[in-house]
Amino acid sequence: MSGLDTIAKEFVVESRENLDQLEIDLMALEGNPSSRETLASIFRTVHTIKGAAGFMRLAKLEALAHSGESLLSQLRDGVLVINPVITSALLALADCTRLMLTHVEQTGTEGDTDCAAIVERLARVAEGGGQTRSRQPDGAPPPEAEAVGQPNANEGNRPVQAGSNVRVSVEHLDKLMNLVGELVLARNEIIQFSAIQESSALLNTSQRLNSITTLLQEGIMKTRMQPIDKVWNKLPRVVRDAAQYCGKRVRLEMEGKDTELDRTLIEAIQDPLTHVIRNSIDHGLETWEKRVAAGKSAEGHIRLRAFHEGGQVTIEVSDDGGGIDVAAIRRKALERGLITPEQSRGMSEPEAMNLVFLAGLSTAEKVTSISGRGVGMDVVKTNIEQIGGKVSIQSQAGVGTTLRMRIPLTLAIMTALVVTSGDESYAIPQVNVLELVHVDAKDVRAKIEMMCDAAVYRLRGELLPLVWLDGQFTSGASDTTRARLVGRLTEWDALNIVVLQADELKFGLIVDDVSDTQEIVVKPLGRHVRGIPIFAGATIMGNGRVALILDVPGLAVRSSVLSEAREKSAVRSDVSLEADPEPTQALLLFSGPDDTRMAIPLSRITRLEEFSRASVERVGGRDVVQYFGDTLSLTDIATLMPGARARNRASLTTASESFQVLVYSKDGRQLGVVVDRILDTVEERLVNLRPTTRQGVTGSVVINGRVTEILDLDTLCADVVAPPVSEDAHAGAEA
Amino acid sequence: MPGRRPDVSDRRQYVSCFVDDLMVGIKVEDVQEVTSGSELTHVPLAPAVVSGLLNLRGHIVTTIDLRRCLHLGSRPADQPPVHIILRTDDGCVGLLVDQVGDVLEVDDEDFEAPPRTLRGSLRDLITGAYKLDGGLLLALDTERALAFSSGEQT
Repeated sequence: MSGLDTIAKEFVVESRENLDQLEIDLMALEGNPSSRETLASIFRTVHTIKGAAGFMRLAKLEALAHSGESLLSQLRDGVLVINPVITSALLALADCTRLMLTHVEQTGTEGDTDCAAIVERLARVAEGGGQTRSRQPDGAPPPEAEAVGQPNANEGNRPVQAGSNVRVSVEHLDKLMNLVGELVLARNEIIQFSAIQESSALLNTSQRLNSITTLLQEGIMKTRMQPIDKVWNKLPRVVRDAAQYCGKRVRLEMEGKDTELDRTLIEAIQDPLTHVIRNSIDHGLETWEKRVAAGKSAEGHIRLRAFHEGGQVTIEVSDDGGGIDVAAIRRKALERGLITPEQSRGMSEPEAMNLVFLAGLSTAEKVTSISGRGVGMDVVKTNIEQIGGKVSIQSQAGVGTTLRMRIPLTLAIMTALVVTSGDESYAIPQVNVLELVHVDAKDVRAKIEMMCDAAVYRLRGELLPLVWLDGQFTSGASDTTRARLVGRLTEWDALNIVVLQADELKFGLIVDDVSDTQEIVVKPLGRHVRGIPIFAGATIMGNGRVALILDVPGLAVRSSVLSEAREKSAVRSDVSLEADPEPTQALLLFSGPDDTRMAIPLSRITRLEEFSRASVERVGGRDVVQYFGDTLSLTDIATLMPGARARNRASLTTASESFQVLVYSKDGRQLGVVVDRILDTVEERLVNLRPTTRQGVTGSVVINGRVTEILDLDTLCADVVAPPVSEDAHAGAEA
Repeated sequence: MPGRRPDVSDRRQYVSCFVDDLMVGIKVEDVQEVTSGSELTHVPLAPAVVSGLLNLRGHIVTTIDLRRCLHLGSRPADQPPVHIILRTDDGCVGLLVDQVGDVLEVDDEDFEAPPRTLRGSLRDLITGAYKLDGGLLLALDTERALAFSSGEQT
């Protein structure tokens, strides 16, 4: 019996593939009704199904295929010309066949699927019920049977391009991949062995083994890749059905069909893609009346584009419809209580647009069967994110909408930068790596600056927070006390900084050594170690050792580069996608006079310093320190604040041995602003700023649960940085 | 003797291994293989019982230090690591032990539940002991041992 089971299984799989082909061909035929080759292919497909159904004793399926064949022979003989009615009838045949195949798969019988109606429909259409009688194009010879080719019943069941493909199970490929991995290890040993043997014959052989192994490895990896067309070829049918349902005219364009992706990803993007396209047709494109009124072509365009970009695949779905009505989305989100009125007010246009990805939001004025039930876009986003991708949306009112999905090429293989820390190697996904910076030993002291407990590096004028990789490996409170860090800075000869990107934030990861970039095979971690947020998996290196793969966003959160608060914060950060309109700003938090909280955009500060009390000198009524061969005047932040009376210079006179200074420079002049205590650096979006009338204060905002004033140093220091003015000098003088 | 006992249902086979001065038995069905001398990759931030990751012919296997599970002192540094690879529903897991002994056939008659006075991690991780001529064979409850070490205990 198992022999028959195998046959049945093969029949189901092959028939499904044939049906896929049938749909592709039907769509092609609609676009080009005179293509005899396409018609011949359709005919063959239906014939194959009929033959196989007969062999399997599936009488109903055979009858169904037979009536389809009769209709097709009318087409082939030129009695009928393809038209939407005929296409729909043939598509119905395909759908009905699929249903029966599912039944066959599950029970071994064709079940009680009722296909009589479809048989009748096909017959009716074949008799000319499909209103368009064939009109012979003038001069063109009537289509003849020769092109269509009468398939032989005994011709076997895979007439098209048979023999060029073999079906292989993925499991099998995975096994091969593992074996190749071991072969690589064995090769490495042989190479080491041959190096000490001093036998040129062995050396030659091992070199050949080396190159063959590499080729084999690449080949096996390639077998997992499939062109995106595998999914796309199902879309014309989706478009046709949706367009017909909505009564719209749609043209689908596809660009980049050959773009290759790992097969697991191909499967994963199918549903999201289908949904997005339906959405575009149903919500995006206007009715043709509206389009014509707006001066557009009656036919709506949906454009699919796929291309490789920076180790990732970008898939774009664009329509030339009405664009997203941002106001409507805001309204809906408010109505459903998904956002609060305050949030809505603080939200920029693109931010509001990203609300479409929230669960429970649908903007279609009326709910249709194909979309508009308020589930969907959130699922699209979740699905794409699950495979490590990102979704962003752009829209222009009246012009159209583009949805962009960026997904990794493969889940199994990635390019990674291999670094070492301590005795172990770690792999960093290349997509997160921006650049590498090497700081020579002699420059370390000057180039790595301390901001209280945090070390920073100035990368082309921007402050880059630094994180020590091995520092993240100690559990408990992250061990980044200033003393320790300063100690490390002096004891290390040179620094290797890997500049990484997590979300929109850059940070520098300090590692012991940077090896090279490699293609690595990603393997999952076992349950005991799966939950560690800074690791995304593991891989096996060329020497056979296991190396952990770093999870860069996880690392950023752990090292507090990305504050967890931001991760967790509600709607706002949920909808913050790539096209973030209001980028976060790095702010330096410090405590000002009377323990008030103040912050200054980090970009306005050139340096942070700490001076000892003893180094302060008095020159011309001012406190100054020697600073890189120059003098730096010091001014207490308290005296700069508007309305400040000359108060005790707490920080300079009563503070402990040393005090902290923000170095601010403008027009080539520098000023040291003395603050009570530098607290932290935070990333904040400066929206929702509460305005203030105080001069020199941009506004106030709540940071870490405390009201914090954002200072405008330019205004505050305008007088001080300008040529010496006695009052200011005085303000800084002792009481 | 075994020939006289056609009924094998009350006889079981255990792979014996040694940690510190304990003899621990693991059901033969749970054991896939024994490997020695493999290099381990340390996993920072992992639970303390995790000794590292091991490359088992292209598969990455998490290894658990049985000494640490049982709160015994650490292994002498000069002893080469020996891993018993266990089959679990979630793939293979390696158990780091001091030494692996023979496969022992034991009789259910010799089995006894752990004494009341036995406390601590050992009590949680063994089902009981087989009284053998050479000493006690502690039957490891592998499922519990592995669940405990991944922090899944209640």
